[in-house]
Amino acid sequence: MDLGPHSTFIIAAYGASAFILVLLIGWIAVENRMLKRQLADFEARGITRRSAVRKDTQTEPSRSPA
Amino acid sequence: MTGLGALLMRDLRIAIRVGGGAMIGVLFFMLVVTLMPFAIGPDLALLSRIGPAILWLGALLATLLTLDRLLAADQEDGSLDLLTMGPAPLEMVVGVKALAHWLTSALPLVIVSPLLALFLNLDGPATLAVTATLLAGTPALTFLGLIGAALTVTLRRGGLLLPVLILPLTIPVLIFGVSASNAAIVGPVTFGTPFMILCALTLMALVIGPFAAAAALRAGQE
Amino acid sequence: MALIDLANPTRFLSLSGRALPWLAGATALAFACGFWLAAGAPDDYQQGATVKIMFIHVPSAWLAMFGWMVMSLSALGTLVWLHPLADTAAKAAAPIGAAFTLICLITGALWGRPMWGTYWVWDARLTSVFVLFLMYLGVIALWRTFDDPSRAGRAAAILTLVGAINIPIIKFSVDWWNTLHQPASVVKMSGPAIHPTILWPLLTMALAFTLLFITLHLAAMRNEILKRRIRSLSMMQADAAPGR
Repeated sequence: MDLGPHSTFIIAAYGASAFILVLLIGWIAVENRMLKRQLADFEARGITRRSAVRKDTQTEPSRSPA
Repeated sequence: MTGLGALLMRDLRIAIRVGGGAMIGVLFFMLVVTLMPFAIGPDLALLSRIGPAILWLGALLATLLTLDRLLAADQEDGSLDLLTMGPAPLEMVVGVKALAHWLTSALPLVIVSPLLALFLNLDGPATLAVTATLLAGTPALTFLGLIGAALTVTLRRGGLLLPVLILPLTIPVLIFGVSASNAAIVGPVTFGTPFMILCALTLMALVIGPFAAAAALRAGQE
Repeated sequence: MALIDLANPTRFLSLSGRALPWLAGATALAFACGFWLAAGAPDDYQQGATVKIMFIHVPSAWLAMFGWMVMSLSALGTLVWLHPLADTAAKAAAPIGAAFTLICLITGALWGRPMWGTYWVWDARLTSVFVLFLMYLGVIALWRTFDDPSRAGRAAAILTLVGAINIPIIKFSVDWWNTLHQPASVVKMSGPAIHPTILWPLLTMALAFTLLFITLHLAAMRNEILKRRIRSLSMMQADAAPGR
C-alpha cells in the first residue's frame, strides 16, 4: 500500500492512536486483575459483604459500611 | 435592611478590613503586569500591541488566586452552613457573596488598569477599551469562579484544583475580552461585536454561577 | 428483564460480564472491517493518502464529544433521578473520553502538518477541543480529590453539566467562525458531502470506535463497582478490628 510522500505522518498517527488505546485497554485490564485479587484476598480472610453467605458462625459486624 | 443586604454589607466590611485580602489582589495584579515587560523586554511597540492581553491575563490570574477566599472563611467558622440553612435562597446568598467579592477584589483591578496601561504604552482609546472590557468581563470571571469555589470549599488539600477547574470555562471570556480590546486598536472588526458577546458571557455567568454553586454547596453538605 | 435491574450493581456485574466478550468480539470485527476498508480507500485528489488519517481523527473526535455526553447523562442520573449506578458510569467514562480526545488532537496535528503546514493553530475548533481535553482532566482531578465517592459524584456531576456547554460550541465552531479547520461535511442538514468510497470506511471506523467505547466503558464500570466493594470491605474490616 503506497502511502505517498507523507507516509511518516500517516504511520505516526496510526501508531500514536494504537499506543494510547493499548495503554487504556491495558490499564483497565490490569486494574481488573488487581481488584479481583484484592477481593479474593478479603474473601480468604473471611470478610464478606452482608449479602454474601458467611461460612463460619462469627457475629456479623454491627454497623453497615457507610 | 433585608437579610441579603446585610450579608452584602458584612462581606464588604470583612473584605476591606485588614487581613480581608481585598487589596492583595490588586497588588498581585500590579506585580504580574510589571513582570511581563521584564520577561518580554522593553520594546514599547511590542508591549502596546500585546498590552490588552497582558492586562487581561493579569486580571484573570489575580481573580483566580483570590477566589478561594470567597467561601473558605465562612466554611471554616461554620457560617456557610448557617447560610445554607437560612431562609434566603442559597442561589441569592452565593450570588450576593460573589457580588461582594467582585466589588472588593475585581473592581479595584479595573480601577487600577488605566494606570498599568500607561506602563504598557497603550494609548487613550486602547486604555478605554481595555478598561471597559475588564469592567464587563471580570464579573464573568468572579461568577464562574464561584462555581469552582463551591465545588472545592470542603477540600482541605484543594490547592490548585480550583483554578484548574475554572480556567477552561473562563477561556471564552478571555478570548472575547482581548478581542474587543484589540478591535478598538487595530481591527477591521468593530469593538461592539466582541464586546456584546463578552457582555452576554457575563450575563450567562451571573445566572449559571449561582445556580451551579448552590447545587454544589448542597451536594457537598451530605 | 426491566431496565431497573441494571440499577443493582450485582446484577449489572453479571449482565455486563456476559455481554463483554460479545462486545469485545464485535469491536475487533468492526475494526478489522474498518482497517480493510481504509486500506482500500482511494487517495484524495488534494490530500493524497493522508486522508487515511481522517478514518481515525474524525471518529475519535465524535467519541470525544460522545464521552462528555455520556458523562452529562450520567450526571443527570446522579442529580435528578438518583440512579445508583450513575456515579459509576460518569467516573468510568472520564478517562476513556480523555483518551479519545487526546487521540483526536494528536492525529489532527499529524494531519495538519503535511496539509496545512502547521501542527497547531488557535482556531475555534482546535481551541474548543483542547479546552474539552483540559475539562476532562479537570473532572478526573475532581474525582480523585474527594474521599467519599458519592460526594465526588455529585461535585463531578455539576462540573460536567456546566462544561457541557462546550459540546455544541465544538460542533458548530466551524460554522460560527472562520476557521482553518474544514467545515462540517458528514453531519449536515443536506446529508454527507463525502464520496462513498471514503464515507464507508469512515462510518465503519466510527462504528468500531463506538463499540470500543462501550466495551471499555462497561469494563471500567465493572472495575469501579469492584473498587467500591473493596472500599466498604476495608471499612468493615477496620470496624471489626479488635480494640474498637
